[in-house]
This record gives sequence, structure tokens and C-alpha cells, in this order.
Amino acid sequence: MAVVEREKLLEVKNLRKYFPAGKKGVLKAVDDVSFDIYKGETLGLVGESGCGKSTTGRTIIRLYDATEGEVLYEGVDVHDKKSRSELKKFNRKMQMIFQDPYASLNPRMTVKDIIAEGIDIHGLAKTNKDRDNRVYELLETVGLNREHANRYPHEFSGGQRQRIGIARALAVDPDFIIADEPISALDVSIQAQVVNLMMELQKERGLTYLFIAHDLSMVKHISDRVGVMYLGNIVELTTSDELYEEPLHPYTQALLSAIPVPDPELERSRERIILEGDVPSPINPPSGCRFRTRCPHAMDVCAAVKPKWQEAREGHWVACHLYDEEAVKQQN
Amino acid sequence: MEKLLELDNLHVSFQTYGGEVKAVRGVSFTLEKGESLAIVGESGSGKSVTSKSVMRLLPNKIGFIKEGAIRFQGKDLAKASEREMEKIRGAEISMIFQDPMTSLNPTMTIGKQIMEGLRKHQNMSKSEAKERSINLLKLVGIPNPELRVDEYPHQFSGGMRQRVVIAIALACNPKVLIADEPTTALDVTIQAQILDLMRDLQDKTGTAIILITHDLGVVANLAQRVAVMYGGMIVETGTVDEIFYKPKHPYTWGLLASMPKLNAESKELLAIPGTPPDLMNPPKGCPFAARCPYAMEVCVENMPDATDVSSTHKAACWLLDERAPKVEPPEEAVVGGAR
Repeated sequence: MAVVEREKLLEVKNLRKYFPAGKKGVLKAVDDVSFDIYKGETLGLVGESGCGKSTTGRTIIRLYDATEGEVLYEGVDVHDKKSRSELKKFNRKMQMIFQDPYASLNPRMTVKDIIAEGIDIHGLAKTNKDRDNRVYELLETVGLNREHANRYPHEFSGGQRQRIGIARALAVDPDFIIADEPISALDVSIQAQVVNLMMELQKERGLTYLFIAHDLSMVKHISDRVGVMYLGNIVELTTSDELYEEPLHPYTQALLSAIPVPDPELERSRERIILEGDVPSPINPPSGCRFRTRCPHAMDVCAAVKPKWQEAREGHWVACHLYDEEAVKQQN
Repeated sequence: MEKLLELDNLHVSFQTYGGEVKAVRGVSFTLEKGESLAIVGESGSGKSVTSKSVMRLLPNKIGFIKEGAIRFQGKDLAKASEREMEKIRGAEISMIFQDPMTSLNPTMTIGKQIMEGLRKHQNMSKSEAKERSINLLKLVGIPNPELRVDEYPHQFSGGMRQRVVIAIALACNPKVLIADEPTTALDVTIQAQILDLMRDLQDKTGTAIILITHDLGVVANLAQRVAVMYGGMIVETGTVDEIFYKPKHPYTWGLLASMPKLNAESKELLAIPGTPPDLMNPPKGCPFAARCPYAMEVCVENMPDATDVSSTHKAACWLLDERAPKVEPPEEAVVGGAR
């Protein structure tokens, strides 16, 4: 994708989100994360469970209040003190699609009322007829039809429910959508349907996506750029092609090599980097680089100093001492 | 090769409030000694029900084997009594479930749970069983097994718990191990560890594995033979190479095409339109006909027989009939063609 003078839609600056964990314990779910999202792009966020990717998404949209740091949406901080009406304005621009299509739709509301909730809150429809028409239009946009409007969520399959969730997000005509594992609960053939729909909608409406998932192959497919998270930090961020062709961070390398590929011959011949052990607890994370306890290239400096977030190549950011000349020199 | 397990025209149904759900409709396959067979399919395709029938773990009164035989070493498990089954479960055939948290008892130590089967099936003394438990934990790669054996499930991480579940399943040296989505609940780096472990253990113990999964990557990694299920039937079966490199059934094409490829340019994914059939009223003909881009009139009316493609490869599709037009699989379904 040719990128000239891109306009930043969202800037995340040193975002932290801590949760209390027992007596005096603090769970640092997101710990100093910074990135930008440009208008019209899809930024993928990947990582294993507990890495803080969902918390990042939820903090951006202010489902959680940030412990520290800023989230600037078109230059305005989302986490500033805001009146209800100010927040409302902002909520119209930013919407979310959730992972579990079974839990995220109110079972006692009809599909019409679910989709129209945002329309009602923001007063986007003047008459009942207008409201109905908008709902019908949205249903058709996501590949359902108007007969579905008066039904209840339990009458739909997982894929159809996710379409309803997408229609609900689109109802207020947002610019930016956070999709938190939108396809993880769906079957393979249905996943492709939903991803294709999301990509089409992006083209038609110029939407910007933050796409959070653990499935790297799907993230690569949908994203322009991808950020990799580990234990509350972003460790690498670059374009999706570059990330898959030349991953720099040892964690990204291991993550990519761990994915089983649907190609038996390749699976037989492939050398895997198998990481030892498990992800450490975010309540008491390792000092310095958080990945060092599992890293095959760990050096002494990794335990002492937290690696800098630096641009190792143009547009390719990484936090690892291996790419920090000073740190390597110190080590030798 | 020696036939270990043979399913012959198995039909399984569930009696529900709304009527009879025909979850499995005529499944036949054989499992040979020491091999690994993957059953692939989407939710509701009948893959888990098939494996639960082998263990006779269908919910009482609701689920029942309607027809067909499950022959294990000459014995028909479909007609076996509960007492006979108790001797087989865990000792001859054992099972690993998807969620390692819910398949372990939170109130019992890990050691006790491994010992349960050993004491019941192999009449081991307590100290013998404990020693064997420690060895099993070592075998599945749990550090400090002497200490961990006295710990409870909540003290283990997800990946470690799945290792414990595998240790329990292998405790009595079963001939068949049924693994129902063994890595679905795990993260990729942990999944890689567990797949590695399973392959390694199969080499060491010679246990035959039935792997139930929806993840074609896992299949390519672990299986030797594959059965693709759709709408309660096996629509295609073959060696792993035949299924991935020379698939014949349009549903298999659809599955392969709807997966994004890590090593290829991103094109639009070829999604399979529509949704799986309702098994309360299963279609008369081919279950995939309603979603199949190549469907002909005959497909809607008549179920195709399994046609031999090679001595190991079978597919149930009218396209393989000599009267049918010749159709090539879509480009997106070609695996590894770029290399």
C-alpha cells in the first residue's frame, strides 16, 4: 500500500492499565504501550492470552479508565475528564465488536432493538419509520435480511450473530472500530465470511480498524501493520508483510514458527523454535526485558535494562537489546 | 497393518425437545495399530459425537447409537455393557478433552488423579502407582515431578494441565488415544509444545491416536490419515498428503481455501457461503449440496457413494462420477503450489 503523508487517527502514548490483585498486588496488564493508528488502515494486535491486547483495546475505547498515559483520538484525549455529552460524541466515532457473539447480544432484545440502540441513544432517527429503514439497510449491508429484524439472538448461528454485532457497531456510522477477537469463536469457513465482510465494509466506508486476535495468519491477512504484544508490552511493530518475512524480535520469531501450517510437507521439514516454559505472571513480571526468561538469545543486559523502543529499520519498531548497538557493545 | 478399531455404518442420534437430531449418519472408518487419524470438521459435523460414541460417553437417555458397529479388537463396543466399558475406558482406549481445566478434578491432587486409573485397572499398590505417576509426569515434561505430583490442578498453568491430562490418558498404556481438540484452548507457543510432546509420545509408546480438530494446521502437523466430516458424514478420507495436495471433495476445497496462508500474498479469502445443514431434518442428498458451488440436480436428490480415488483415498461426491463435468479445484485451495 502506497503511503504518503498519512493522517493519524489515534495516538496511544505511554498507556498503562493496572488492576488491583489481592493485598498490595498490582497486575500490570498494559505497561507503557505507545503506537499510532492511521486513517483508513487496519492495525493488528497479536499476542498470547494475558498479554494485554484486549485490555489495550478496552482502555482505548474507555471501557476501562487508563492508569496512566493518553489516548488521543483526532488530537483529543479520550481519558480526559469529560461530560456525558462530550463522551457521547466521542462514542459515536468509536465502536467495538466483541469476541463472543453469544454473550455480547442481549437475549431479551430483538435484533432490531439491538441494532437500533445506538441510533436511539444518539437520536439519529427522527421517526419510527426512519429507524426501521436504517436497521433494514444495516441488516442488508452485513448480509442478513429485513425479515431477521424481529427475531431474537438465539435464533441465529454464531456467524450470523457476529454479523448482527457488526451491524450494531455500524449503526452510528463510526470512523474507527475496535474488533476484539471477532472471529475466534467461529468455524473456519464462517471466519472467512466475516473477515471478507469486514474488509469490504472498510473499503466502502473508509473505516479504520484495530484488529485484536491471537490467530496470526488471519491477522496477517487483514492488517496493514501488526503489533506483537508480550506481557503488557509491545515488542515489535511493523507492516504485516515485513513482520512475517523478517521478524526481528525473538518472541515474534518463536510465535511465527509455532503456528502449524496447513501443509504437511512443510510441517515435516520445518525447524521450530519451541519456547521453554510458560508466560510469567504479570503481577510479578521479570526485570528488564520481560521475555528474557524464555528467550533463546538472552544476555546479561536483558535482565538489567529494559530494552528501548526503537526504529531498527524504517517503519519497523522493535524493543530488543539485540538491535541496540550500545547494549550489544556493553555486553561484549 | 493390524486393524485395531473399526467403525461400521455408525448412526448416532439425540432425542431433543424439538425432535430427533441425527448427529452421525453412517460413519465408517478403520484405525490401525500405532497410526494417527485426524477427523476434521466444523462444529456440528459430528466429529466429537463419533469419538464419544467409541467411548460410549453419550449423554444418557438423550443420545443413543441407532445403528452400526464399533469393533475394537473383535468386540462390538456399540453393544457392550456398562461394566465391560469400564474395563476398556482408560485402560484400552482413553481420551483427552479440549479444556484441561474442566477435565481435571480441582479437589484432588494431580498424583491421585493419575493413580486412579492405575489402581483400578492395573491393581498397583499405592507406592507403585505413585512411582509410576512420577515417571509419567517426567515423560510428559513436567519439571520437578516429585514435588508437583502432590499439587492441585490450580497450581498448574494451562499448558502444564494439558500435560497432566495426557499423562493420565497414557497411564495404563492404552492402545487408542482419542484427543478431542487437545490444543484448541492453548496459546500457539504452548500448542507447539503439546503437539511436539504428542508426536514424541506416539513414537515412544506406539499408541494409535484419533485426533479431532477443526485446525488444518494441527492436522498437517500430527496426522497420517485424515477423515473430513460434514453434516454427520465422512465426505472424504485419505492420507494427509492426498487430502492436502489432491483433495477431491468441494467441501475440502472450501476448507483449504478459506484459510489464510502465511506464506502467500493476501487475496480475498474464498469463503464457503451459507451455514451447515440442520440435522433435525438432514437433506436427502449430499449434505454439502446447498453450499456447494458445483452442485447439480442429482446432488440434492441422492447421496453419492464413496468413490475410490486411490487405494487409500475416498471421496463421496457426484463430481467423481464419470457422467459429471470435469471440475478443477479453485486456485485458493491449492496447498504449497507456490513452492
